[in-house]
Amino acid sequence: MTKSLNPKLFDKDVEMVPTRDGYGEGLVELGAGSQEIVVLTGDLKESTRVEEFAKKFPERFIECGVAEQNMMGIAAGLAAAGKIPFVSSYAVFSPGRNWDQLRVSVAYSGLNVKIAGAHTGVSVGPDGATHQALEDIAITRVLPNMTVVVPCDYWETKKATLAAAETNGPVYFRFTREKTPVITIPETPFKIGRAEVLWEANAQGETLCAAIVACGPLVYQALVAARELEKEEIGVTVVNNHSIKPMDVATIMRVARDCRAVVTVEEHQVMGGMGSAVAEILVKNYPVPMEMIGMQDTFGESGQPEELLEKYGMSVVKIKEAVKKVISRKRVI
Amino acid sequence: MNLDLKANEIRQDIIKMLLEAGSGHSAGPLGMADVFTALYFGGVLNYDSKDPWKKDRDRVILSNGHICPVWYATLAHAGFFPYDLLLTLRKLGSGLQGHPHYRELPGVENTGGPLGQGLSQAIGQAMAAKMDGQDWRVYAMMSDGELDEGQTWEAIMFAGKNNLHNLTAIVDRNNIQIDGFTEDVMPLENLVDKWTAFNWSVIEINGHNMAEIIAAIEKAKTVFENPTVIIAHTIPGKGVDFMQWKPEWHGKPPKADEAKNALHQLRTLGGKIQSEHQ
Repeated sequence: MTKSLNPKLFDKDVEMVPTRDGYGEGLVELGAGSQEIVVLTGDLKESTRVEEFAKKFPERFIECGVAEQNMMGIAAGLAAAGKIPFVSSYAVFSPGRNWDQLRVSVAYSGLNVKIAGAHTGVSVGPDGATHQALEDIAITRVLPNMTVVVPCDYWETKKATLAAAETNGPVYFRFTREKTPVITIPETPFKIGRAEVLWEANAQGETLCAAIVACGPLVYQALVAARELEKEEIGVTVVNNHSIKPMDVATIMRVARDCRAVVTVEEHQVMGGMGSAVAEILVKNYPVPMEMIGMQDTFGESGQPEELLEKYGMSVVKIKEAVKKVISRKRVI
Repeated sequence: MNLDLKANEIRQDIIKMLLEAGSGHSAGPLGMADVFTALYFGGVLNYDSKDPWKKDRDRVILSNGHICPVWYATLAHAGFFPYDLLLTLRKLGSGLQGHPHYRELPGVENTGGPLGQGLSQAIGQAMAAKMDGQDWRVYAMMSDGELDEGQTWEAIMFAGKNNLHNLTAIVDRNNIQIDGFTEDVMPLENLVDKWTAFNWSVIEINGHNMAEIIAAIEKAKTVFENPTVIIAHTIPGKGVDFMQWKPEWHGKPPKADEAKNALHQLRTLGGKIQSEHQ
């Protein structure tokens, strides 16, 4: 375990904070520092956590009503006039419903618009499949000029919010609804385009070794799985691959070479998601056996977050099984 | 400057550009030549073609990007880029993309084409001007057919709510779209009542009368209460008799003989002038 993780990470009373809180706090910090920061929402001020910004900077807060297409277009116009707009809604609506506006008005123009997608993954829970964004990584990473980031916890979401403002061009980043474990600390390094190795396998290249490349709050489950597998003498390297685009090819390559087997973990459809992006890199450069944890081409449903992660195969148990399976597929050279 | 003559030259350039490109839209650009001429040569717009991105310029946003030949030709006439580039329309490596691309050319302020997006972009610009206490104005050039798009009504509602008096929308009311006449494809009337109900000031004009176009744009500048929409009634394909009022000319270019005929009509003002100059 690296030093830059929350020391209470594996304790029963690990702090639980929703990632979206980091967005709200990051925005307030940004707003105080720059007059150009503008925040837009589509009738979701409280649940996207932009309420505090709206109170502090009402002249730079824009309530668009339930009209996400117009909201994205307005953001494009604001950016063309030199503003740094943050478009805040649920990911199923933005970039879901307004993907065409993201493509044409924002991405093709290379405009400096930040898109914050809240309520992603099946862990949205009781609201059901309509509100569980499972396609947003795929539809944003496929657009030229886009930067796509999936922070793993509260601190990282805050850092991603600040980093998005510093990145010129359109940036998409996503949050989850529920409270999730605080994995990192303020000092944990975060840089868009660089993956962080959070856990190093104690054996490299040998038979009983694999790399887990994860993003979002499931990084926690990946770390728990790695720790438990260590007791079974299976070496696991865990990468926090928050930067979907641009992706840190060097780090992905290094862990694939070291472990010669990769499991990707994400709360998103496996088709077109982070795991697919990792596969695109490895298949071109260093093919190794892979397993992909995520939604397997199905919609979610109502339920409690934990139940849903269990049912749809994104639990610690399932990650451990995937690690064992991928290791069994290694070819002995 | 004789504005009617300038519009006529721009129409001729549109025909030449479309012939050379071998694809593109004829009716809309010809129909809007007078409005674009009035906007850029009628003394109503704050711009400097030698300093195309100067901070206090008025912004022109073209939402129905498919009529871009009229925008490109007008910008070239106004000196934004070399006139010779006009014949590169839709060709590989040209800045004159088939539908406009943000800042691909001096004077091109937005990406437009997929309908219904321009008014929202214009609103964003107008909001930014208000936040910064700037006096520049925003002009959203729109079509009537794109009012089928839900996004336009989201935008109309938003601009009405926010009293964006620095925003003027100009709707090309030419009554045609790809599949036929607007009132057959998806009835739009009563447009005046609809925009009024969304808290806009509405001015209806003859979109081929220079004095009316200029007066309407100037009047919109005096309205402080809310945004203004100018509904410009135009004849699609204006100036070329076999294109006028023909929905089938919405989305196709003239062939060589048709272009020759069209240019002859424009140069002789429909036969009124005997001696034709190239």
